[in-house]
Amino acid sequence: MIISLSKDVMTITRDQDVVPFRNRVKEKAVKIKMGLVNQTKLITAASELVRNMLKYGNGGETYIEIVSRGRDTGIRLTFKDKGPGIADISLAMQDGFSTGKSLGLGLPGTRRLVNEFDIKSEIGKGTTVSIIKWVNG
Amino acid sequence: MHSKTFTILQKKKNQILELWLNNQLADEGLREDLISNQDLRASSEELVDVLVSSASDDNLENPESSDFDPVLEILAGVSMTRARQGFSPRETGLFVLGLKEALLTVLQEEMSDSPAELYTESLKISRLLDSFSIVTFETFIKGREDVILRQTDEIAEISTPVIRVWDGILALPIIGTLDSARTQVVMENLLQEIVETGSSIAILDISGVPAVDSLVAQHLIKTVSATRLMGAECIISGIRPEIAQTIVHLGIDLSSIITKATLASALRYAFSSLNLEVKKAIREKVSIR
Amino acid sequence: MEKIPILRMGPFLLVTIQVDLYDRLALTLESDLVQMVNKTGARGVLIDISAVAIVDSFMGRIIGNIASMSKILDAETVVVGMQPAVAITLIELGLPLKGVYTALNVERGMDLLKLKIQGSADHEEEEDDEDSAIYSE
Repeated sequence: MIISLSKDVMTITRDQDVVPFRNRVKEKAVKIKMGLVNQTKLITAASELVRNMLKYGNGGETYIEIVSRGRDTGIRLTFKDKGPGIADISLAMQDGFSTGKSLGLGLPGTRRLVNEFDIKSEIGKGTTVSIIKWVNG
Repeated sequence: MHSKTFTILQKKKNQILELWLNNQLADEGLREDLISNQDLRASSEELVDVLVSSASDDNLENPESSDFDPVLEILAGVSMTRARQGFSPRETGLFVLGLKEALLTVLQEEMSDSPAELYTESLKISRLLDSFSIVTFETFIKGREDVILRQTDEIAEISTPVIRVWDGILALPIIGTLDSARTQVVMENLLQEIVETGSSIAILDISGVPAVDSLVAQHLIKTVSATRLMGAECIISGIRPEIAQTIVHLGIDLSSIITKATLASALRYAFSSLNLEVKKAIREKVSIR
Repeated sequence: MEKIPILRMGPFLLVTIQVDLYDRLALTLESDLVQMVNKTGARGVLIDISAVAIVDSFMGRIIGNIASMSKILDAETVVVGMQPAVAITLIELGLPLKGVYTALNVERGMDLLKLKIQGSADHEEEEDDEDSAIYSE
């Protein structure tokens, strides 16, 4: 049972929005006393996902939440775009796969950086990715 | 008009306490080494007091009633302390079950004239105390778990010392199984120490690692690659023959990593790559005494 | 427009990244650096990322690109001062930055660059040595 303790919304439309977004995530991570390595992993994952959102979905909404489950506290980030969607999610989650001109590390690499990773996509409607990093994860 | 059980509880409070204490003191398993008689008496007395004062006519049949929260709190406190002090579950359980025994004995004495009433009332008390003892067990186990968690943390902390063997050379002996949580700690400690000391060579000694499977190998490779990203070199030493065999049989590729059989040969390699030379000193003069 | 300064030190170019990079800034740095390598005929590029808290796959790719492009122009690239948390995150992400040299700090990075270009740049080295020799007398 995951309980949300606080929720911030940020809209991402341009490249330059990424830096303030990362700072906001960092702020929250520091607030719940996340260690430096886990902070870095979380922010890097966030950076990857925001980039995907800008590139494939022309930006969208992000939610930054502080969540708790039992004794654990963590941060949940949700990225919602109204882009074209992903046709084959399992293919997109494979190392080295990319439709864009990138290394194809985005999704699978991001999954390795966080504790929980959830992706939902509908062709023509958009993609929603949500990740959680626990303080001691 | 109060029910009979309630009245008995109020009236016979002291008798119940004495009976209970006698039960506890008579038990062979009494741990006088862990708890003094005074402490035992104090905690028993407190519990009986709170139990009697929170019991009422209606809630005796309802162990979940929030009226009993103070009782549960004390029980939780008692079993938590006992778990930490090293009491066995049996000894902790007997603490509550002894109270049930005492209550039932008193009820029996007071209600000996009406067996039917005695039966229903005993059942109520029995249920109430059973639910208390479940809570006691739950908290007891939770207390134990806390102990385990704390020890896990302590082990994780003490098990990864980073040693400065020479100016610019670090050594990190790994003892025990290398799982992903531990790898994280090892990596963090090692990389931090590299930054702080400005060392350019790190030796990871795995003599104390019981087995290397593909997962452990992957963790080792990760640590080596991270060290490289920092601009330092990482050598893995202490590879026993049987570990070399498993590595090859499993088809793990360690060719990108510098491996040495012993810490000594890793150190020799480190010296030579830092252009250091270790020589036996030749004494020309006999030392003066 | 914001830019990251590129310093020239003898045969080397020195870049210290002090700000949070967003994508366009990183791309500008990439093209500026390659232009500079070409214009100055630099033999080595040293990128100091000790103040960088986040390196994601995009940044990693930029660094890789700079190294490969400089290599074609006969210059070596050394990345120095990577934070431990950043290194751990990059490895987890699956980005070991193959083909990029690394060093602990600027000083070591300079030594490494000198070593790498020694073979083909012998007389340049000698000139430098003479200079410093005169200076110390």
